[in-house]
Amino acid sequence: MAEIQDKLLTHIATLARLSLSEAETRSLAHDLAEILKYAASLESLDLTGVPPMSHATEGERFRPDEPTHDLTREQALANAPDQDAGLFRVPQVIGG
Amino acid sequence: MLHETLRNKYEMVIGLEVHCQMKTRTKLFCSCPNNFGDAPNTNVCPVCLGLPGALPVISREAVTLALRAALATGCTVHETSIFSRKNYFYPDLPKGYQISQYDRPYATDGRVEALEADGTAKTVRLERIHMEEDAGKLLHEGYPWSKDMSGVDLNRSGAPLIEIVSKPDIRSAQEAHAYLTALKAILVYADVSDCNMEKGSLRCDANVSVRVRGAEAFGTRAEIKNLNSFRNVARAIEYEYERQVALVEAGHKVVQETRLYRADKDETASMRSKEDAHDYRYFPEPDLPPLVIDAAWRGDTLAALPELPSAKRARFVAEYGIPHYDAAVLTLTREVADFFEEVAKGSGNGKAASNWVMTEVMREMKGRESSEGDVSYSSLPIKPSALAELIRLIDTGAINGKTAKDVFSRMWTSGESPKAIVEREGLSQVSDTGAIEAAIREVIASSPEQVATYKKGRTNTIGWFVGQVMKKTGGRANPKIVNDLVKTALDAA
Repeated sequence: MAEIQDKLLTHIATLARLSLSEAETRSLAHDLAEILKYAASLESLDLTGVPPMSHATEGERFRPDEPTHDLTREQALANAPDQDAGLFRVPQVIGG
Repeated sequence: MLHETLRNKYEMVIGLEVHCQMKTRTKLFCSCPNNFGDAPNTNVCPVCLGLPGALPVISREAVTLALRAALATGCTVHETSIFSRKNYFYPDLPKGYQISQYDRPYATDGRVEALEADGTAKTVRLERIHMEEDAGKLLHEGYPWSKDMSGVDLNRSGAPLIEIVSKPDIRSAQEAHAYLTALKAILVYADVSDCNMEKGSLRCDANVSVRVRGAEAFGTRAEIKNLNSFRNVARAIEYEYERQVALVEAGHKVVQETRLYRADKDETASMRSKEDAHDYRYFPEPDLPPLVIDAAWRGDTLAALPELPSAKRARFVAEYGIPHYDAAVLTLTREVADFFEEVAKGSGNGKAASNWVMTEVMREMKGRESSEGDVSYSSLPIKPSALAELIRLIDTGAINGKTAKDVFSRMWTSGESPKAIVEREGLSQVSDTGAIEAAIREVIASSPEQVATYKKGRTNTIGWFVGQVMKKTGGRANPKIVNDLVKTALDAA
């Protein structure tokens, strides 16, 4: 069980682009197990016939199709670690 | 090219995923303008930049357009659907997830009637349609730093898309082309999208596999991306089919993977970089309540749908007596269909209207588009009512077919009415037998050799005499009358 937990955690970390030390992996695996155990307590209830709920609210909210300009380009780029020519600039990505 | 025996042995199985950008004024979950071609990063806000704390709110208009697409393709529309997060990291996706629909899309089980060039009809079933937001755009070239860096423009981030997923019903590159053509026509008719592939408002991925003909089980499929024209979809499918058949024949296995089509090389290549990214860890989007499309909304949208291409096609065949193929070509866009119908109604001659629109008008349109880009039918100097008048002039014998083509090209450039052109240029057809007979006498008198040839039984020389007489009358003589009179005159000579 512990090993599966570690494997799963490493996989999730990879997908999240996190690099974890062995100690971090162990500690997070423990936390994750606790979280899953807590969620699993729902299984003690008989939920036959209860429809799955994806959201706590049922109310509809729609937006009208009216364009607005909320940010200038300067504002949009203000916090970018790197930018040029009005573009966010990132390490090269190929093949997207 | 694959040998015919292999082609007969293996069947290709194709499913297409089409992303269509809907033509709302704003993005799907924020009020930024949904515009193509604006300066980079000028149509962005905290929501589509993925800034912390920003919350998405869906556009009602986007749902209505998505609903139109679903109803126009005969889908079952689900009253409640939910949005999910599709998680992956890529620099064009600022939030680290795309808001999409996963296990409960708003529409399932539709159908598209496709018509191949040879008139063969084919029904392609749709698995589902779901709504999702677009990602931004990466720029890999054109900047001094392009060798080491990529630029990110987030104007497209959050643009409203529907993804239309077909069942694996397609069996050839031609069918794929026909399906896409039909689907595009539906989406354009229903005013969902302009479906402009160059602007990226229609994008296509193809799932391709092969199996021995008659086999039940599907082969392993490869997903082909980067298909930016209908022609490239067909070419990529063809390439991929041959690649997979060669693999299977050599005893290898097809690997399930994503492949990129390279149009310059006409081949597909594996995209290994994204292989481990397929674990998207979908979960319900906590920032959006379930989407509820009630019966009234559905009903109003259905009632507002215009006549769709397949219905129009059938009506054109029945009402104007034109062939199915003509009807298919003439209904590709509403513009052409409306233009044709006005000509057909005005002239009272559907077949002639179809011929003129499909040959002369479409040819001139092509010429104009190659020099000026997109041209709309309503901006043409030649109006449908004028073309209808031209057809009436032919049908009443006022001008002949050859003159009509000249008149047409003058109308095309000047926009004048055909009657005005005919009167000014004196182009009326000569049906006056006296004038024609005079011309025939002259031709016969000056051509004893040809007359002798005719008399020897070479009756096909009659065409030469008709040609001479037409020349003498400036091409305006009624060809049928000329033909009859020449024959009579020669037999009497």
